[in-house]
Amino acid sequence: MEKRCIYLDNAATTKTAPQVLEAMLPYFSEHYGNPSSIYGLAGESREAVDKAREQIARVLNAPAKDIYFTAGGTEADNWALKAAFEAYKGKGNHIITTKIEHHAILHTCQYLEKERGARVTYLDVDEQGVVKLDQLEAAITPETILISVMFANNEIGTLQPVKEIGAIAREHGILFHTDAVQAFGQVPIDVEEMGIDMLSSSAHKINGPKGIGFLYIRKGLKLRSFIHGGAQERKRRAGTENVPGIVGYGAAAALAAETMEERAAKEQALRDHMIQRILEEIPHSRLNGHPQRRLPNNVNVCFRFVEGESLLILLDMAGICASSGSACTSGSLDPSHVLLAIGLPHEIAHGSLRLTLSHETTREEVDYTVDQIKEIVERMRGMSPLYEDFLKKQSE
Amino acid sequence: MYSEKVMDHFEHPRNVGEIENASGVGTVGNAKCGDIMRMYLDIDDKGVIRDCKFKTFGCGAAVATSSMATELVKGKTVQEALQVTNKAVMEALDGLPPVKVHCSLLAEEAIHAALWDYAQKHGIKIEGLEKPKSDIHEGEEDEEEEY
Repeated sequence: MEKRCIYLDNAATTKTAPQVLEAMLPYFSEHYGNPSSIYGLAGESREAVDKAREQIARVLNAPAKDIYFTAGGTEADNWALKAAFEAYKGKGNHIITTKIEHHAILHTCQYLEKERGARVTYLDVDEQGVVKLDQLEAAITPETILISVMFANNEIGTLQPVKEIGAIAREHGILFHTDAVQAFGQVPIDVEEMGIDMLSSSAHKINGPKGIGFLYIRKGLKLRSFIHGGAQERKRRAGTENVPGIVGYGAAAALAAETMEERAAKEQALRDHMIQRILEEIPHSRLNGHPQRRLPNNVNVCFRFVEGESLLILLDMAGICASSGSACTSGSLDPSHVLLAIGLPHEIAHGSLRLTLSHETTREEVDYTVDQIKEIVERMRGMSPLYEDFLKKQSE
Repeated sequence: MYSEKVMDHFEHPRNVGEIENASGVGTVGNAKCGDIMRMYLDIDDKGVIRDCKFKTFGCGAAVATSSMATELVKGKTVQEALQVTNKAVMEALDGLPPVKVHCSLLAEEAIHAALWDYAQKHGIKIEGLEKPKSDIHEGEEDEEEEY
């Protein structure tokens, strides 16, 4: 029998869409000119970069010139935080963020605290992973210069009340940055309506290529260059443009915007079917994150008495690609900071499983996956000393 | 990332289960860190390990090292079993990734904990065996949540 391959790790990365790849190909060996050069060949590259910038800006309701291409989401996050701190530290040194941010934000904040004299407040979230707005308001001081809250969480998929946060930031005259790496192209975003001043994103999460991202910077912000060198990206991000990557990103963004509604409806139906089956058919399982206010393709569940890495290896043997927040997958002894922040005890956080669907995922694949999980969890519990203790305690 | 032997012992773990009225039982590790091993020993009058079983909550390496440890101590005398070190377990598995070396240490500790329990129960002293350090209840909050 041919080994199946069911890819349910679309929050990690996605397959580059065929039409995206097709759009990129001419910019490798046909229109390979450097956009900064003067001759006609370079003009083709320049126009392609401009077109992609417009395709992306349209998805955000932003002016094209406020989109600055980077090497990815992590660079965009680093740039936004470090440059905003440098630019506005005269006004104050306080940054507000959350405990469930991606490490690109958390580790950058820790750097700013340790090396640059920043004071950072890491907001708690409720048990479904939503930021508490009253806590956010209470954390604001005259020294606060920046609020950075992710649009959607990469592990548990919870969507944040971005519009409300934007309004609070605006009211207090504080910059608002959002890491939208998981949300861009998946859910509607309007930087005007939502009061977003800076936004980070990455192409490979929406069927675009790896190695390309952007930072949206609202006109008028005094953010300085992060990578020094040439005059590319309106002198704010030096380095010859990754033209094929940018073209691919533009095509992926246009495609994502065009298919968003239909795709989200389809993925959401499958997501809810999967969650329902797991919770009904597997005892001692729980859903992590908000049941409704979550990314349309995100399923994150915990199974008590089993450990995540073992679960992942056995799923891989059954042809299923998934991910976990267990310590063994993070390279440290602690399980995911996100699962701890929503209040899960360590031992339960070790047994988490994230499944992120795509527009290509079928109901049959979802059902096969749930059947496999059921079998594997049962088998693992059979050899779990924690389950043995639990059963003994119950029979007492 | 794992050797073929590790994958084999993970996919087809040897000696999974419990031994009723075992001569010695040892549990080591901590659920907080994501690894718990429980080792059961059946030891005859001559001090030979007749049977050995295990249960493990943990990653692929934790399962594989437990499985290999049971294979290595079976048929050995108590004294010989004491010589089954984490290094021996690792070698028998054709190595472990550096971040997983602690799993093999846990396997060694599990054997020692089970031997210690056996010695306590039978009022004997095993030369070279020290009281095991690990305790699964160490630092564990007593909270029971129901899902």
